[in-house]
Amino acid sequence: MLKQSLALAALAAVMITNAAAARDQIRVVGSSTVFPFATAVAEHFGKTSSFKTPVVESTGSGGGLKLFCAGLGVDYPDITNASRRIKTSEVQRCAKNGVVNIVEVKIGFDGIVLANSRKSGLMSISLKQLFLALAKDVPVDGKLVANPYMTWRDIDVSLPMSKIEVLGPPPTSGTRDAFVELALEGGAKTFPMLAAMRKADKKRFKAVAHTLREDGAFIEAGENDNLIVQKLETNPAAFGIFGFSFLDQNADKLQGSRVNGSMPEFEAIAAGQYPVSRSLYFYVKKAHVGTVPGLRDFVAEFTADKAWGPDGYLADKGLIPLPDAERAKVRAQAAALANLSM
Amino acid sequence: MTENVKYPAVIAARRQSKDRLRRRRAEQRFRSYGMVAVAVSLIFLVGLFATIFSKAYTALGQTEIALEIHFDEALIDPEGTRNPTTLARANYDALVKISLGKLFPEIKDRRGRRALRKIMSAGAAFELREMVLADQGLIGGRRTVWLPASDDADMYIKGLVAGGLQHGNRIDAQQAAWLDKLENREQLAQRFNWRLFMAADSREPELAGLRGAAVGSLLTLSICLVIAFPLGVMTAVYLEEFAPRNRWTDLIEVNINNLAAVPSIVFGLLGLAVLLGFLGLPRSAPLVGGMVLALMTLPTVIIAGRAALQAVPPSIRDAAFGIGASPMQVVAHHVLPLAMPGILTGTIIGMARALGETAPLLMIGMVAFIVDVPTSPTDPATVLPVQIFLWADAPERAFAERTAAAIVVLLAFLIVMNLAAVLLRRRFEQRW
Repeated sequence: MLKQSLALAALAAVMITNAAAARDQIRVVGSSTVFPFATAVAEHFGKTSSFKTPVVESTGSGGGLKLFCAGLGVDYPDITNASRRIKTSEVQRCAKNGVVNIVEVKIGFDGIVLANSRKSGLMSISLKQLFLALAKDVPVDGKLVANPYMTWRDIDVSLPMSKIEVLGPPPTSGTRDAFVELALEGGAKTFPMLAAMRKADKKRFKAVAHTLREDGAFIEAGENDNLIVQKLETNPAAFGIFGFSFLDQNADKLQGSRVNGSMPEFEAIAAGQYPVSRSLYFYVKKAHVGTVPGLRDFVAEFTADKAWGPDGYLADKGLIPLPDAERAKVRAQAAALANLSM
Repeated sequence: MTENVKYPAVIAARRQSKDRLRRRRAEQRFRSYGMVAVAVSLIFLVGLFATIFSKAYTALGQTEIALEIHFDEALIDPEGTRNPTTLARANYDALVKISLGKLFPEIKDRRGRRALRKIMSAGAAFELREMVLADQGLIGGRRTVWLPASDDADMYIKGLVAGGLQHGNRIDAQQAAWLDKLENREQLAQRFNWRLFMAADSREPELAGLRGAAVGSLLTLSICLVIAFPLGVMTAVYLEEFAPRNRWTDLIEVNINNLAAVPSIVFGLLGLAVLLGFLGLPRSAPLVGGMVLALMTLPTVIIAGRAALQAVPPSIRDAAFGIGASPMQVVAHHVLPLAMPGILTGTIIGMARALGETAPLLMIGMVAFIVDVPTSPTDPATVLPVQIFLWADAPERAFAERTAAAIVVLLAFLIVMNLAAVLLRRRFEQRW
């Protein structure tokens, strides 16, 4: 018994040292928004190349960059996905840990939609009205007061009579960050008073523009977008905030609201007409190219038209592709492993 | 009532019977409360099972389409070398497209052909590739192969999503007509979804399966058992049979009880800091997952072990000592074998809890998309509850039924484990 367990321990030790010495599998971490796309590419890559299928972890953009920037070598991921651009502070943190050469690849757009059940009417809303509906404090007669609007109709006669009830992701979610930044801040800027505040006191402006209502009109419904979709089906009066791919999959039950006159549709988001859309990225550690087999090929697979093109398999998963010219440019930069320039 | 007033004995008897009646009613009420409690929890359980099973059973079938595939040598192996690399890289999607085109020769335009391709799974080409790699004799021949339809087509055939022109449905009127036509010609059918059990994870719902996660769970739990069981039993035996009662052993006992109540995510953080950070063990590996879960299971095993050892009557020990056994012999030959059923029951219940954990695994990178089935404890792997979590998060509608099916599989594992615990107790439990 003792001999057996010793042998087992020795075997385990050998296996561990082997695993640490070399890695023949690409490791990807990062944003949960990019996760469905990165995993699709990983699977195609694994099935059509001679390399192992990369392991893709969903850690969130911030968490992914933290892991990515922790150092060089097989213990650290090769690629991180992000639903926002890398920050200067993160580039510095990377540099401190020896990760100096980073390749940035912009892969496309993700639209964030405001949707409701098809049992109710289609809503047309402007960013300004959206801000009035969802911000905690809104300007009324030149003063900031606690949001007084109870129904959509209170904001504008063109909006429905129903109570304001919006289901959205919690503060830990990247979708929430992007929604607040693009929709609420975009709406806030349209008020002269808040625009002036933005120039004078940026911090205060952000606090006003980025704070969602806490009186029950905005409901945090959890990280799982499918849950919001289900709740919208059972409650036709409610609206939900989630990523475009979930609207795309549930188009028989849900409809996206028109925002600033533009429907959340594939073409409108791709053309940049739909205002609430963000860019998606992934970052590659250049030092790992050549060490971890297949890294260059993986980037090539991701940036091939059969993947990220308008007719590619990622478009089928809900990724909004970049315009043709930009795609060509990003692909060339990615193939040349050009360094990130902030 | 009035005529009895004269007879105090009768009154007393009546009073007594009244009192008895009151007590009986109270008891009946108490029993009915208990029955109501049982009934309510049963209703919850049945409701839960009914919703899960009603969603899960459709995942047992998968829409497949019979295509007559011509394994054209000119397309697969133009040079005729039968080189495995050439065979692996060939364009099998072209075979699918050609054969689909033959089913509907009237579709000529590019747009129509693209729409037609979308009723088949992207995995159809992968399956043809596997077939050719396994049997090169296929090349040049023709064969009718049942290949998976795409998830959208599958959902449409199962009637779980509407098809047609309105609302920008994922299956448009044209595609719906093709699918209906194929169904009428019996070239499309629901067949048993073996991929759900035999395949590993995939981003295409029609190809996704649980094998990778099930193997990952098995590896993780084996590591967990190998660590937690001997450590737990040794700790329990020492504390119960050998350790002196003093402040130190009290302190240890308090700590073990505390450890049992620590939220599981804390063990994940510990694993991240110590096992990954300090010891440099690989990320996402069942080895690390098993070690973290072992920390979580250890207190359960120790507590169950001590309870089982306490339940062995002192007379057994006294008798063994009486015939001259050493303390170690007493424990190894008499006390431990008698306590073993109880220890095993506790261990199985602890393992069942470990099987359902996701939170600690999140921190050590096991919440990941992993396609290759793990073969050793250091390969990247995921586990069943994580697979459920990932599928529940996926946008594709077809993952909803697969999520439910995965839950049923996990429940089946848990029921088997808990049943084993009950049977062990029944079979070997001794009463003194």
